Amino acid sequence: MDLTVGAIAFFWSAEQVRAFYRTLADTPVQRVVIGEWVCSKRLPFWQHEIPAAVEVLQAAGKEVALSTLTLITLKRERRQTEELFASGLPVEIADLSALKHLPEGAPFWVGPTVNVYNEGTLEWLAGKGAQRICLPPELPLDSVAQLAQAGRQAGVAVEVWGHGRAPLAISGRCYHARLHDRAKDSCQFVCAEDPDGRTVETLEGQPFLTVNGVQTLSYAHMSVAGQVDALREAGVAALRLSPQPGDFAAVTRLYARLLESGLSAQDALAGLRRIQPGAIFAQGFLEARPGAAPCP
Amino acid sequence: MMELVCPAGTPAALRAAVDAGAHTVYCGFADETNARNFPGLNFSREELAEGVAYAHARDAKVLVAINTFPRAGDQALWHRAVADAARLGADAVILADLGLIAHAAEAHPGLRLHLSVQAAAANPDAINFYAETFGIRRVVLPRVLSVEEITAINREIEVETEVFVFGGLCVMAEGRCSLSSYATGLSPNMNGVCSPASHVAYADVGGNHEARLGDFLIHRTPKGMPVPYPTLCKGCFTSPDGKGDSQTGHIFEDPVSLDATRLIPALQKAGVSALKIEGRQRSRAYVAQVVRAFRAAVEAAEQGAPMPEGLLARLTEGQAATTGAYAKTWR
Repeated sequence: MDLTVGAIAFFWSAEQVRAFYRTLADTPVQRVVIGEWVCSKRLPFWQHEIPAAVEVLQAAGKEVALSTLTLITLKRERRQTEELFASGLPVEIADLSALKHLPEGAPFWVGPTVNVYNEGTLEWLAGKGAQRICLPPELPLDSVAQLAQAGRQAGVAVEVWGHGRAPLAISGRCYHARLHDRAKDSCQFVCAEDPDGRTVETLEGQPFLTVNGVQTLSYAHMSVAGQVDALREAGVAALRLSPQPGDFAAVTRLYARLLESGLSAQDALAGLRRIQPGAIFAQGFLEARPGAAPCP
Repeated sequence: MMELVCPAGTPAALRAAVDAGAHTVYCGFADETNARNFPGLNFSREELAEGVAYAHARDAKVLVAINTFPRAGDQALWHRAVADAARLGADAVILADLGLIAHAAEAHPGLRLHLSVQAAAANPDAINFYAETFGIRRVVLPRVLSVEEITAINREIEVETEVFVFGGLCVMAEGRCSLSSYATGLSPNMNGVCSPASHVAYADVGGNHEARLGDFLIHRTPKGMPVPYPTLCKGCFTSPDGKGDSQTGHIFEDPVSLDATRLIPALQKAGVSALKIEGRQRSRAYVAQVVRAFRAAVEAAEQGAPMPEGLLARLTEGQAATTGAYAKTWR
């Protein structure tokens, strides 16, 4: 098993993005997905950083793929999706509509916001040229094992959501704009104020969800630190780590040590709690419990 | 005339919808293959056969929704549902899962395929992909699109479009939402349920009614006020801005339902073929009333007459209604 870093969910400045990928080049991850995953309005502010980031990561020996948006609706977004396939890099599709632009026989990856729940879907995507599939975060371990096995037979590497706030929903409505009494079209990019998303609590003050523009994430950071052995046994090929502010390089190093068996699950969680003080870690999905069920 | 597609959670509701003027009814089997997998709802194989006979005798069609995502290792249950729908004379099946659609297209080439709203095909590329690859004939559009966008989509596609006009309102792209499983472990995609009643608890605390979903408080209302059902995305929450201030309210959506009656002429002009009413969990009396009102509305639209006012006032009384994403300002 190895490590994949997913696309950045949040609206970070060009400087933040540049610094993030420079640091990431020096971490023990095998591959990185880059691109605007959530809102096409953000892209003009940082897309000029993408070529340099790809270069620095490839120079460090990482595989790199470009991500599509999770929800593609506008003409401009469709055109941008089509253009990704001309980049020469693998494309990770985050919305099935990207398949309409897939050049015949071109290899591609499938991200966690595409519904791959069963062997039939996995095999169909494999037949189209899918090389890697990151499964939806809500899947239980039984399904993960079935799909990892189907993936091995079909020549597809199966990943699971390993660490970070899980993408739970995508909408036509921007909740960041709504919180500021604005509509999506006049959002004034308020999501940039929250580089780790904006917390949603219950009326009792219990942290619950994270608003990130049109995307809703979990408040808890999902962590499979306690299930690495089971995932390895199931034949899972990689864990996906989701970029977050703070010392993300330390998160990647901790998972690398966990995969090399140089670290127990308990020590890994203790380490995560040191890197992200105050964070809640959860992983009920794999155990077929509520996703928010906390890690022990 | 635009086709009126009406919900039938039970054989009695199916007959009521047909009698009230539904051109088409949609229903599901009583298991997790459909996205309204509620206790006491849906059809056995025999009931479907009888329902199809009843509808066909009155020139109405029956669609079978098999619109959850088959569980890995257990696909046979979903394959059987498609085969049985075909065998029992369903006019089409409504599917969401890519693998199941591929299976249906190959194993049942004569069966008409509709793309469920749960497939979240939100642009012409997605719709044309499903049409060209699997021959789907109609797409139920996700409730994230404005009327302008629906118009533009219809210019670029060949297949029919169906849109929701009345009933429950999802604010997230449907088929792509795991909020329910985050709180309860059960989701629309995997289990055919959202914010399931099995995980709801009501309590009186202090001077308030509280409604919880799993471990999370979703609504709190003063005693004497009705407490809404705790559907997760319609809950009342607080969001601190990190600078010492916070907003409290319905951060995702108010507890509203969809009513796009007044947009029917615009939707007709946008090239929409069919109007869909949500509510397979509703009573047969409710279904009959809504179907009668909407039959009158589509007939009025066909003649270019104004939409009948206040037809559904009684059904939406006490609950606010919205035209949702169809109006661009909703976003």
